[in-house]
Amino acid sequence: MSPPSPGPPQERFRLSMLIYDQRYRSLTIQIVFMMLLMGFAAWLVDNVITNLRAQGQDFSYRFLWQRAGYDINQTLVAYDSNMTHARAMFVGLLNTLLVAVLGCVLATVAGVIVGVLRLSTNWLVSQIMAVYVEIFRNIPTLLWIIIFYTLVTIDAPAPRDFAGDVPLAAAWFGGAVVITNRGVYIPEPLFANSLGSVSLGLFDVSLDFAALVVVIIASLYANKKLLDRASARQATTGIRPVTWWKSMLILFLPVILALLALGFHTENAELAGFNFQGGVHLRSSLVALWFGLGIYTSAFVAEIVRAGILAVSKGQTEAAASLGMRPTLTMRLVVLPQALRVIVPPLISQYLNLTKNTSLGLAVGYMDLRSTLGGITINQTGRALEGMLLMMLIYLLISLTISSLMNVYNSRIKLKER
Amino acid sequence: MTRHDKAFVRDAIVPERAPPVTESGVWKWMRENLFSSWFNAIVTALSIYVIYSVVTGFAPWFTNSVWQAGSLSQCREILDGARGACFAVITERWNQLMFGFYPRALYWRPTLTAALFLVAIAPILFTGLPRRMLWFSAVYPFLAYFLLWGGSIWIPVTAAAGFVFAALAFVILRRLLPLVAPVGAVLVALIWWLTLAAPVAEDLSWIAPVELQFVRSDRFGGFLLSLVLGLTAISISLPMGILLALGRQSDLLIVRMSCIVFIEFIRGVPLITLLFTASLLLNYFLPPGTSFDLILRVIIMVTFFAAAYIAEVVRGGLASLPRGQYEAADALGLTYWQAQRKIIMPQALKVSIPGIVNTFIGLFKDTTLVVFIGLLDPVGLSNSIRSDTAWTGIYWELFVFIGAFFFVFCFGISRYSMYLERKLTRGHN
Amino acid sequence: MYKYALFGMSALAAGTAGASAQTLDEVMARGELNCGVSTGLAGFSAPDADGDWQGFDVDFCRAIAAAVFGDADAVNYTPLSPERRFDPLGSGEIDVLSRNTTWTFTRDMDLGYRFVGTNYYDGQGFIVPTDLGVESALELDGATVCIQTGTTTELNLSDFFSANDMSYEPNPVETNAEAQEQYLAGSCDTYTTDRSGLAATRASFENPDDHMVLPETISKEPLGPVVRKGDEDWAGIVQWTLFALITAEELDVTSENVEEIAEEGSDVPEVERLVGRSGDFGELIGLENDWAVNAIAQVGNYGEIFDRHIGVDTPIGIERGLNAQYDNGGILYSPPFR
Repeated sequence: MSPPSPGPPQERFRLSMLIYDQRYRSLTIQIVFMMLLMGFAAWLVDNVITNLRAQGQDFSYRFLWQRAGYDINQTLVAYDSNMTHARAMFVGLLNTLLVAVLGCVLATVAGVIVGVLRLSTNWLVSQIMAVYVEIFRNIPTLLWIIIFYTLVTIDAPAPRDFAGDVPLAAAWFGGAVVITNRGVYIPEPLFANSLGSVSLGLFDVSLDFAALVVVIIASLYANKKLLDRASARQATTGIRPVTWWKSMLILFLPVILALLALGFHTENAELAGFNFQGGVHLRSSLVALWFGLGIYTSAFVAEIVRAGILAVSKGQTEAAASLGMRPTLTMRLVVLPQALRVIVPPLISQYLNLTKNTSLGLAVGYMDLRSTLGGITINQTGRALEGMLLMMLIYLLISLTISSLMNVYNSRIKLKER
Repeated sequence: MTRHDKAFVRDAIVPERAPPVTESGVWKWMRENLFSSWFNAIVTALSIYVIYSVVTGFAPWFTNSVWQAGSLSQCREILDGARGACFAVITERWNQLMFGFYPRALYWRPTLTAALFLVAIAPILFTGLPRRMLWFSAVYPFLAYFLLWGGSIWIPVTAAAGFVFAALAFVILRRLLPLVAPVGAVLVALIWWLTLAAPVAEDLSWIAPVELQFVRSDRFGGFLLSLVLGLTAISISLPMGILLALGRQSDLLIVRMSCIVFIEFIRGVPLITLLFTASLLLNYFLPPGTSFDLILRVIIMVTFFAAAYIAEVVRGGLASLPRGQYEAADALGLTYWQAQRKIIMPQALKVSIPGIVNTFIGLFKDTTLVVFIGLLDPVGLSNSIRSDTAWTGIYWELFVFIGAFFFVFCFGISRYSMYLERKLTRGHN
Repeated sequence: MYKYALFGMSALAAGTAGASAQTLDEVMARGELNCGVSTGLAGFSAPDADGDWQGFDVDFCRAIAAAVFGDADAVNYTPLSPERRFDPLGSGEIDVLSRNTTWTFTRDMDLGYRFVGTNYYDGQGFIVPTDLGVESALELDGATVCIQTGTTTELNLSDFFSANDMSYEPNPVETNAEAQEQYLAGSCDTYTTDRSGLAATRASFENPDDHMVLPETISKEPLGPVVRKGDEDWAGIVQWTLFALITAEELDVTSENVEEIAEEGSDVPEVERLVGRSGDFGELIGLENDWAVNAIAQVGNYGEIFDRHIGVDTPIGIERGLNAQYDNGGILYSPPFR
């Protein structure tokens, strides 16, 4: 047994050790840093208090519960001007999320198509896609939003042009899609035998849609069970039973029956008075923001997808081929899982950017979180400090949620190395 | 009679034949790249049709364009019903789009600043140039400030002196108390700027009044504003971003946590809210009675924004270095800063170049957001030009022009970064 | 003032005005008045071809500058959108906000700003294209309405439509110019704002006769200059400059004759006091005694300003209406100079 190792030589503590001794130095630095930081924070808070007092204001969020008094044109949940500022804020938040989701979908679809075509063996196609990417990503997104807005408001026909004996403009697809300078109208899904809706406190849920979702989930589940059984059968007997018609039946019949039972039909927008009535109204501001953000981001997504596919080495495809895999299977089982690992993290950070850029809706009068809470509410109540802080906090929460989802995904798909 | 085992034996080499016409030159290339299959042929035809319709759709607009006219209605008269662009608005408002409301007599100052910028940036971009030119690059920011804003020359000189004093203090202190040298240097500079610089500059300008006409910030506009905002923020955000990245990797808990909070906060909120903070809220956080230049506030916010993104890019670069590099530096007995300067950073930054450049491009494009806080950048000017009755209703010409400007810049920067990447990889092998 | 604003830290040294009680001292030291105006409303405040600001609201800034420095040109204009107009006042970026701003209870009492008077009595109206076939605002059910965000008009509009049990679709825009574009492009059926603004907007159209302002006035909009709360001296200067302009019109003191009157005197005691020949009114508010003379001589009295920028002889063509003197059918009524 070796004797217990002697501790470090006993030294009397000297003040200079705070700087020269490795053990204390980091502590010293941190304490000094902390003091500076806290001093700075205290200075800021003190200034805020002094300034607020000088202006005769207090710091309070009571204004959120006062009557808003202004109207919002696009409301996903019930809202009128008699509701509170908090409700207006919620409506704005939903509008922000709506355009963010729509934009992300558009960016992904367009981006994947362009990214894949960019790798096309057809020289002309890949060059056109290269031009697409360079044009859209090298010009500011704000400019794109304004350009799309100008397209849909200035260059599109006014509702009046659809009226009269010789209309100046006509609707598309037999009246289903109407493009006016106040937005695009598409048919609205309606249910003749509606089940009504239930209130969930903050918003109402249409039972019709809820029922449809339940039916779809149930049939998906049943279909999965069916396929699992078929696979099990294949594993034991070597023969896979024919399932495609059963799948079709399970997937489509219940949904069709449910739609029939609910009396599903669509209603086109009709010109009535000043505007088109009925149908789903996609306002110009929404369309412009959606396409401006979506197309701009799609250029980045295209580059990400291209890089992801190129990152999978050719040897992988060749190895799969030598195992006798067909190209579709190779794509699904070999290339895509590896490419996705490279694609997804930057893709999500593009989603994050897009979500934050929805605040540019300001340029086109889109009633998002910034326009309701950060715009009109602040203006009517004069609570700039409180409103801005709350708005930043909400944006921060959205961002942190998305990026923590990304972290979860990253750790799940991380290459498991020995 | 000889009996052959084989049916055929070649006893002479077949002479080389020319390849089929379709297998060489242009034909071969086209066959392989455009018409390799029926499907591809159809796609090619479709693409040609798309290009054709785009070109024929836009060409008349450009070829018929009018470059000299006083108003949109004049343009329409000249065009006489034909479809064509009215680029006369660019000709007429050229100065405004370039310089905003900068005094007309002083246009030479921003122009000279831009020309000198090329001289200052050259040695940084191209390593082949003499290293002595870097001294000019170091002086350039102060010179640019003096040229653009004017006022007394002693303001930028005293500000620059702060850096000189800091460097001197560092050199002297390093001999005496090596570990406090950096802190001492920073302190010296701070003390100089906060207490002595202003009165000294005032006295000097009284003794030797060298000055240019002062130009207020709200006179800045157009591309001048975009460039001033973009370039200043870019040059400050890089060092700041590197420091933040190091802070985030630091062993010191408090430093690390503050860096993480700063980075995540800035990255988590839209730039536009930061700009609103700069323009509306900053006065809440400053002592009563202080307020400073809006452009300066915007530069600070945009710099913070870019720095947080650069910090993340650099962190990625740091993470890509094998642990052995750090251990090797430790084994050589290098201090933290020596190791960073000589071993870690050169490698990490090289890896990060594409990300850093992308951040810069994004930052430059984001300068257009200042239109929301009332600064007249090109996008803002396009609105105010349209509110003039002569040009009401003019859209596409301005958008095309502004878009082209940003495209040239951003595309140019991204090409340069590719060049840099190629050069550095070659050097490594 | 020493302008030292190179880096953030040193920038703190560059103090300008703040929310303190010495606005006058700061303005004096600066030698310039910082005035917030609207981003562009023909006749009220809009830059002309040379980039110089012109208009009714602008002239009020000029009058204050003339009263304070004796030089109406010593003004620095900050164009502000309705959304952003108040904060620069709070932060001391501007000394006075002269930008068709409605005097309301909350703005005056709750928000730390102080309205010093009314320089234009207005009300909210609607403009429509004549071929829309609408004669009254009550026929606007279901219409799309362009509206500037961050204004009182937003709330009035909501109240008006719900009171009359009508629906509408708001199309929010940020500036008057944008609203004009959207309205002309037909993105909205009608544009609503203060009637003065509508008249100004209509005047700038290529064919003003194709558009009409509907007869309904749906709100009271007393527009006036605003200063920071907590500096009564400065508020007094702004307030009494306004009253001086109104009184001058009432007493027939014009830019033409004010200097003559100041030289030779007048039989009317109040005119004597207005031009500083008797009493020490200027000193009482911290200015020279000829402050009102400077303002009137360089800018004109209220009537002259009105006629020059928005009166019936201008393209804007607004009748005096409520904005006539009280003895002339209007409600313009200045407290006496006594």
